[in-house]
Amino acid sequence: MTRPILEVDALERRFDVSAPWLNRLLEGKPRRTLRAVDGVDFDIQLGQTLALVGESGCGKSTIAKLVTGLHAPSGGAIRFNGDPDKMQMIFQDPYASLNPRWRVGRIIAEPLRTLRPETPEPQVMARVDELLRTVGLAPADAAKFPHEFSGGQRQRISIARALAGEPEFLVCDEPTSALDVSVQAQVLNLMKRLQKEMGLTYLFISHDLSVVRHMADVIAVMYLGRVVEIQPTADLFARPLHPYTRMLLDTIPDLEAPKRDRAPMGGEVPSPVSPPPGCSFHPRCPIALDRCKRERPQREMRVHDRRVACFAAEESADV
Amino acid sequence: MTDPVLDVRGLRVEFPTRRGVLTAVDDISLTIGRGEILGVVGESGAGKSMTGMAILGLLEPPGRIAAGEIRLSGTRIDTLTESEMQKVRGRRIGAIFQDPLTSLNPLFRVGDQLVETIRLHTDLSKSAARARALELMREVGIPAVEERIDNYPHQFSGGMRQRIVIALALCAEPELIIADEPTTALDVSIQAQITALLKRLCRERGTAVMLVTHDMGVIAETADRVAVMYAGRLAELGAVEDVVRRPRHPYTEGLMGSIPSLRKDMDELQMIPGAMPRLNSIPQGCAFNPRCAHAGPRCRRDTPRLETTGAACWLALTGETA
Repeated sequence: MTRPILEVDALERRFDVSAPWLNRLLEGKPRRTLRAVDGVDFDIQLGQTLALVGESGCGKSTIAKLVTGLHAPSGGAIRFNGDPDKMQMIFQDPYASLNPRWRVGRIIAEPLRTLRPETPEPQVMARVDELLRTVGLAPADAAKFPHEFSGGQRQRISIARALAGEPEFLVCDEPTSALDVSVQAQVLNLMKRLQKEMGLTYLFISHDLSVVRHMADVIAVMYLGRVVEIQPTADLFARPLHPYTRMLLDTIPDLEAPKRDRAPMGGEVPSPVSPPPGCSFHPRCPIALDRCKRERPQREMRVHDRRVACFAAEESADV
Repeated sequence: MTDPVLDVRGLRVEFPTRRGVLTAVDDISLTIGRGEILGVVGESGAGKSMTGMAILGLLEPPGRIAAGEIRLSGTRIDTLTESEMQKVRGRRIGAIFQDPLTSLNPLFRVGDQLVETIRLHTDLSKSAARARALELMREVGIPAVEERIDNYPHQFSGGMRQRIVIALALCAEPELIIADEPTTALDVSIQAQITALLKRLCRERGTAVMLVTHDMGVIAETADRVAVMYAGRLAELGAVEDVVRRPRHPYTEGLMGSIPSLRKDMDELQMIPGAMPRLNSIPQGCAFNPRCAHAGPRCRRDTPRLETTGAACWLALTGETA
């Protein structure tokens, strides 16, 4: 087996969310830490897509920022076995991620001008033309401003910008969640085609399980800053091991089964500032054991070659 | 036969602008019966929220109802004055919006907001209204209501806030609830709790619900019938199983094909070429014709209409497009 392009090992990121110093002094409020990412590890193989999936506040976007270096880790390690210039990011909001005062041509050329300043100007312009065509826009669009485009077209511009530096690895944080479904289909198809043609590797972050199923080779399910389960996509949908994954799969609306009466998952995601002891899912878990309330399941736990952080799943596998 | 709770006929909403009149909603006819959930689905700009706002009498000027009739249990409400409409809103029609914080006042305790709303619409005493507020909070599934009733909105999570908004909408036991993207801001597990709650309330109280959303999955799970909107018009209307499993309008078909499946492996998602037209450039004939693979001369000439159910598509209506 070849070396993975990205190795994430025991990654941690804590944020200080304490009250201001004076309030702590006068009101005796304690220091408080939010563990946004709490000991996460995964690898991504070259040319594959690993998806991080989970509900708001599970830490998936923080991981995107840690991997791209927008945040520094508080612990653990991220090893990128490639040229750091070959990593790019696509953001969720195509309205906020493009400079409204720059023409599209300048936006797309920026990574090229920054990473390879020696490139002659006619070559930069030719490359911008080519990139616009690659993502399904017209070379004439280079002269326009972002506000002249729809959400889907803006996301295409973001993709063209990310491709400008000929990346190997793209971090995509909810790239289609601000888009209508028919536009989402266009963007997802484009991303898949580009992956095939250019051999790109994706770290794909989404809350939408149907999108993730369509895009990913491997899925990591996150809950409260931890990865609770990692499996190849087909296996995860066929045999979800962690009770949280199972509940998530039971909860999503299924178009192929209209008017189904589903049993909604009880409770809510607890605050990451004061997570429950032991397994952080135990208050909502239907099969929680006594042990789950005290001990934290380790990430190394393996059930039939798959990784799941759950005592109950491990015990049932032993039988 | 009894009147449907909501009966909308030929509704048209227009926005006069300096560059001409824009038609945001065009010739919409639909009904919702007692205890029925009608889903209204469409992409951004399809006119689905505008339809809900027109029914609530909350169109932002210069928007106006230019044609059509809206009846609530048999009586017209589109001709009422603003002060008469204010009595209908809240009392006979409840509203739930996407962001619960827009419906809740951050400066007042949720209990006081519930009590105020209950007393506005009924003649209950203060203590009776408080007891009713507690009962409503329990009914929408808020735990430990005795303690939570005196909390402020910011002390609740997003899902709990949306439950309080639902309780507020239920205060006067309305005949109709218009829910505009009520679960869009929520996580899937919370989304499921809220749609299950809406379904239960609708079943138990016989309330008619108009569920406006862009999410076909939520519609498939919650609604009895669904109206698919495109460019301000109805593209298709029918029982949810029929529309989801056997869409008859090419737009609905494209829409369904563009959603990634949870069961089937697809190499490529179906794509609808192009984009929805802007309001100032809606094509003649069928609004979908420039993007439609089956479009013929008739589709570019005449606008197809659906009566009460089916697809507004010449191919579906007549079997040909010539």
